Amino acid sequence: MRFLLADRGGLVLLGVLALAMLVVPLANLVVPPESALHVSTYTVTLLGKYLCYAVLALALDLVWGYCGVLSLGHGAFFALGGYAMGMYLMRQIGERGVYGHPVLPDFMVFLNWQELPWYWYGFDMFWFALVMVALAPGLLAFVFGWLAFRSRVTGVYLSIITQALTYALMLAFFRNEMGFGGNNGLTDFKDLLGFDLQADGMRVTLFLCSALLLALAYLACRAVVASRLGRVVVAVRDAESRARFLGYRVEYFKLWVFTFSAVLAGLAGALYVPQVGIINPSEFQPLNSIELVIWVAVGGRGTLWGAAAGAVLVNYAKTSFTAVLPEVWLFALGALFILSTLLLPRGLAGLLRRRGARA
Amino acid sequence: MPSPPPRSGAVACTPSVALQATLRVVRGLLGVMLLGMFAAMPVTAADEGDTATFAAAVAALDAASFDAKAEAVERLAAARHPRGVAVMQALLDGNLYRHKADDRIVIVADADGGYHLTDAADGSALGEVSRRKVKRISVNNQLRVQLRGLIARAALDDPETARRLAAVTAMTGELDADGRALLAGRAEQESDAGVREAIATAVAIYDLGADDAERRDAAVAVLRGSLNPVARGRLAAIAADDAMPRETRRAAESALAAIESRIAFYELVQTLFFGLSMGSVLVLAAIGLAITFGVMGVINMAHGELIMLGAYTTYVVQLALPNHLGWALALSVPAAFVVAALVGIAIERGVIRFLYGRPLETLLATFGVSLVLQQAVRTIFSPLNRSVATPAWMSGSIEINAVLSLTWNRITIMLFMLVVFVLLMAVLRYTRLGLEVRAVAQNRAMARAIGVRGNRVDALTFGLGAGVAGVAGVALSQLTNVGPNLGQSYIVDSFMVVVFGGVGNLWGTLLAGLGLGVANKFLEPWAGAVMAKILVLVFIIVFIQKRPRGLFPQRGRAAEG
Repeated sequence: MRFLLADRGGLVLLGVLALAMLVVPLANLVVPPESALHVSTYTVTLLGKYLCYAVLALALDLVWGYCGVLSLGHGAFFALGGYAMGMYLMRQIGERGVYGHPVLPDFMVFLNWQELPWYWYGFDMFWFALVMVALAPGLLAFVFGWLAFRSRVTGVYLSIITQALTYALMLAFFRNEMGFGGNNGLTDFKDLLGFDLQADGMRVTLFLCSALLLALAYLACRAVVASRLGRVVVAVRDAESRARFLGYRVEYFKLWVFTFSAVLAGLAGALYVPQVGIINPSEFQPLNSIELVIWVAVGGRGTLWGAAAGAVLVNYAKTSFTAVLPEVWLFALGALFILSTLLLPRGLAGLLRRRGARA
Repeated sequence: MPSPPPRSGAVACTPSVALQATLRVVRGLLGVMLLGMFAAMPVTAADEGDTATFAAAVAALDAASFDAKAEAVERLAAARHPRGVAVMQALLDGNLYRHKADDRIVIVADADGGYHLTDAADGSALGEVSRRKVKRISVNNQLRVQLRGLIARAALDDPETARRLAAVTAMTGELDADGRALLAGRAEQESDAGVREAIATAVAIYDLGADDAERRDAAVAVLRGSLNPVARGRLAAIAADDAMPRETRRAAESALAAIESRIAFYELVQTLFFGLSMGSVLVLAAIGLAITFGVMGVINMAHGELIMLGAYTTYVVQLALPNHLGWALALSVPAAFVVAALVGIAIERGVIRFLYGRPLETLLATFGVSLVLQQAVRTIFSPLNRSVATPAWMSGSIEINAVLSLTWNRITIMLFMLVVFVLLMAVLRYTRLGLEVRAVAQNRAMARAIGVRGNRVDALTFGLGAGVAGVAGVALSQLTNVGPNLGQSYIVDSFMVVVFGGVGNLWGTLLAGLGLGVANKFLEPWAGAVMAKILVLVFIIVFIQKRPRGLFPQRGRAAEG
């Protein structure tokens, strides 16, 4: 338990999560809608979405903050997890689709496909989809990382080729021939494990799952960081050559962290999709992945809880800005990028820590 | 019964055949006629006598009988007056009238409430009159056939090579016996080799259908390797025709094979051209980055937006000079350089200089700059795409043959890219700034120790790279729409080119850009445009794994940084 107690910010995060898991369902389901304390289902879903982003930010913080690998393609792992879940949800629609085909999703009927492509087999089973949610991004990260880290592609070069990776995936998923719904992606989901996705109860459950996932992800990352492996990873970040000369196989440590982080991102994507109700190739946009980096940078990299907080804060700002002054949002985001790198290299977490140290 | 139509010089056949022949000739020619006939009739120095004959013939058109009219038309054509075709066309179209007041023959054009008159004989404008003041000169079918034949022949007599060629091209595949004889007769007088070849092709295509086997085989031999699509189709038909003798079919097959291989060759050249032109665009987009990223080591994610600024500068300059497109474009190049360079220097002074040595932070901060620039453009110019006009000398294409045509704008951009590249190399190699840039890039501390002002050089280098990006924007504005997302679509490509070519090496950037462009275009027919792009990206990703420092890695001390 010591690894937990050492991180005060993390304890606060867990506390806030526990509180939210208790209060939000009550405020949504029990408090009557007229009451000022009522939390609408829309808000619950929005919060659930933020929590998924927080998990994603956590995943990136692990590789960037602790391993020094700035991935500009983490959105790709998130989207892959989302697509795996989306495929399961598509198969669940069954005969309720617009064309009423018992097996083929609507877009395949529309494209005149006669049978299900092989890679869609098995997605009618939830456990298989869950395995794929972890396996698809994990495998991609493993292969990509294995190639990249072994040949010692580092720093900016790695960032740029991860960006190319997500860009290439975006182009690929835009193609109708890929069999993932092309431009429109996968949408029009009906239910998950037999429960209606639109029902309030289901929304709250998904929110609870997201909160739980974030808590577990935090604990897992914390455990990784505090372990001996975590120390080596930090050593690799700070002095890669020295770690190598001390006899550590640097590439294996990087690969392990990178793959773990990708799986985490995939899980976040899988929970994200049933809440927003759609997954399409724009999730692969390089811009999304870079925005994700800024969540972590604003929150404070290398702190875990800071990354999660940054994700929620920046996305809350985004929602409010785009609702009120949509044209100002990009100015604000751009300014956030510039100011947080120039003035807050350690993020908000660093700011708090400095306060704490002074007091 | 009207008498048979007067024979037109070279046409020597029975009237009915002549009728069909001329009809066919004309059907093909009509488009050509309408295009250029009235716009610019070539004015040759017709002597006084000719003009008098012509005027007399025009006056005689208003004869009572169709026979007399036919004779007048014949004299009209024989006069070979520059206005002859216009008059005949007007007669054919039913636009030739007699002015009732003074019996002048006029060409009319619709005007509000009446007709706008032009004197048929000398082309002078006669003002507008009401429809009642003029009387149409009637024609019958026979006269129309005669007119069409004469107009077609007149086009073959046209002093402009391009128009003669167009006339022959329009006739190709539409010929009949008389048309063939007409063309074959022309071939001997023809001075231009291209037109002669076109005539030979047209005649040979006609001869493919001949009954005489020898003539047919000769035609097959002529058409061997011809790029004319009609010739290809007819030869294929012969090769597949069981009724043909075996030798003929075999000869046709071999001629077809020769055609296919020639087409394949020219298509290869065409693909290469497209590839090089795409590569030039990539090089242009990447070369500014090759300076900021390659020489200075600064990750500038706002590079694409600097390109975008250059493109918008072109748009603004063009708005300011709407009537001088060519000048506006020429002026845009320095303007875009200055605008982008100033913005670049501002970025360097305002943001980047605090982040030297922290590449990942630089990446994020400049990405922020790019978002701000994008939104600024959206706010100022609207989020919609703006189109920039292309000056006349950049549009159109050089048609080498039926398969291969090179568009001028692509050629211009390739040349422009080379000029920019050479200038940039010269600046880096021969100017004091270039020397200082290279010195700072190689060893900052040492350069400063011997008196190079590092900060100033940083700002100027970044300005140079940014300015070149702006210039690239001018070129891009000629190819695509100018919009706020213009830069984003090039940023990944630009980085790929620089990294693939090897950081810090302008030659590497040039080769990588051209190579990637060509590879892309060669993959496209096989894999489709999007898949080709994906394949190239995957290739680069794998390539970086093998050679992390690109095609031409820096060696020696510079590589240590």
